[in-house]
Amino acid sequence: MSRAHLMLLALVAAALAGPVTVRAQRQGGPPGGPSTSRTAAPAARESAPIDLTGYWVSVVTEDWRYRMVTPAKGEFRRIPVTPAALPIINAWDPAADERAGNQCKGYGAGTIMRVPGRLHVTWEDADTMRVDTDAGTQTRRFRFAPPAAPAGAPSWQGNSAARWDRAPAGAMGGSLHVVTTNLRAGYLRKNGVPYSAQATVTEDFDVATLPGGGRVVVVTVTVDDPVYLARPFIVSSQFKQEPDGSKWDPTPCSSTW
Amino acid sequence: MFFHLVTRRTLVVAVVTCLLAGVRDASAQFELAGAWAPLSTEDVQNDSVPVDFLGLPLTEAARTRALAYDESQKAMIERQCMHWGAAYMLLGPFGLGIASDVEPVRGRVMSYTIAAWEDRMSTTIWMDGRPHPSPYDLHTQAGFTTGRWEGNTLVARTTHMKAAFIRKTGVPLSDEAEINWRFYRHGAVLTVLMAVTDPSYLAEPYLVSKSFQVSPTPVATLTPCVTTFEGREPGDPVPHYAPEKNPFADEFMKLYHLPREAALGYPETQYPEYRKRIKDGYQPPPPCKGNCGVAVNPPPR
Repeated sequence: MSRAHLMLLALVAAALAGPVTVRAQRQGGPPGGPSTSRTAAPAARESAPIDLTGYWVSVVTEDWRYRMVTPAKGEFRRIPVTPAALPIINAWDPAADERAGNQCKGYGAGTIMRVPGRLHVTWEDADTMRVDTDAGTQTRRFRFAPPAAPAGAPSWQGNSAARWDRAPAGAMGGSLHVVTTNLRAGYLRKNGVPYSAQATVTEDFDVATLPGGGRVVVVTVTVDDPVYLARPFIVSSQFKQEPDGSKWDPTPCSSTW
Repeated sequence: MFFHLVTRRTLVVAVVTCLLAGVRDASAQFELAGAWAPLSTEDVQNDSVPVDFLGLPLTEAARTRALAYDESQKAMIERQCMHWGAAYMLLGPFGLGIASDVEPVRGRVMSYTIAAWEDRMSTTIWMDGRPHPSPYDLHTQAGFTTGRWEGNTLVARTTHMKAAFIRKTGVPLSDEAEINWRFYRHGAVLTVLMAVTDPSYLAEPYLVSKSFQVSPTPVATLTPCVTTFEGREPGDPVPHYAPEKNPFADEFMKLYHLPREAALGYPETQYPEYRKRIKDGYQPPPPCKGNCGVAVNPPPR
């Protein structure tokens, strides 16, 4: 075989190697990890294009007045509520919520990412990501596999179906997409701005590495509610990664604070 | 022989084309260009009440300068058209009109330009790998921005900004500040994360994220700023307050019953621990009587 033929062969091999690499990246397999089976899709944990596990603390630079303290009763600026929400907003009574055992209304999936606190993200099993919050001691489960059992009764954190959104061919990375339904009615803000049990919460989690070190998670949350929102309510929140759980401080739900 | 040569050359061209096509695919991961409408669901500037530095991690120098700021400075002819810096792209109320400049031969995006508003210059994100200029090079209000794709994220960095404000209430940003950006697209929503660093005025990176939505109509762009007489003659002294003499120092915190160190932008007030610290002393303001929000009927589904 001549030198020209060898060069040609090398070029063809390089061209073929490219798409193979791309396929591997799209499937999210870790470098050097086990090869992907042709018959069974890899579990969500093994194929994760980004690592969300660990402790994260919220950085409250937006909506400070609505998140770090309880705003005035009746204020709902920047939330596109329908007229149907007004009686609930104006009747908000945190003591009554507390007495009725509804003190977690301000900690449901529609708003929990806006509550100042820490997240602890772990894998409960190969296809279930678990997110614990120290504020309100809530637990969310993002299920990548279809649930084996019926949805059950509505709850503050509902049922969350998750999937990885991978970067297009030839690139690493991606994001986590979560859709949550089967919720108990809750509050978008502590002062009683409501979302209904018909609400759907869609979340996209992205990770950024900051110059000089440190990682940040950005969560874009979209709340659709045919009852109390005239259009989707979309906000994004950021969390900084912490080295360990030494600042983890579980506190129960509270309507009054 | 000729046929053999042609076949080989054709194959080489085809292989190289395939490789280049792969590179091109990896270079643009989502369509950034277009009109992105503001959602106005997040409060990053509050009410522009004087001495509102909420959520900012300020140094003592920044706080001192911000407390010396007098809103009347904006009436000075030489300051009326002093545009906001690049950070205002997220902190301001407007949408993003983004255009791409495509190199015609290989079809690669050379730059994205985020259109100007009436009080902010346009920002060009150079995607062609050019370096940032020397630190001593020209500084402008918009600064100098380069970008690259990391997976499905557009990563950009802005340097060479003129000294400006980071909040309307006179909070300063120095000409040594840098902004690192991340642009994430999820369907019709664009989320932008901004990390601002400033060795003079920020005690730690100022992290802000904000989302925009695809707009079927163009978003507002530049209306040229025109100066006019607003009560200050050229050469008049710059309005300011002497240390400890700002008459509005307590206005914002009293309006919303906020702790002093929160209103003044102490860095620790950004974190959950601070919320627990103020729990026992906080008294919520009285029920809202005006400007409480607007309820609207949903469009027909």
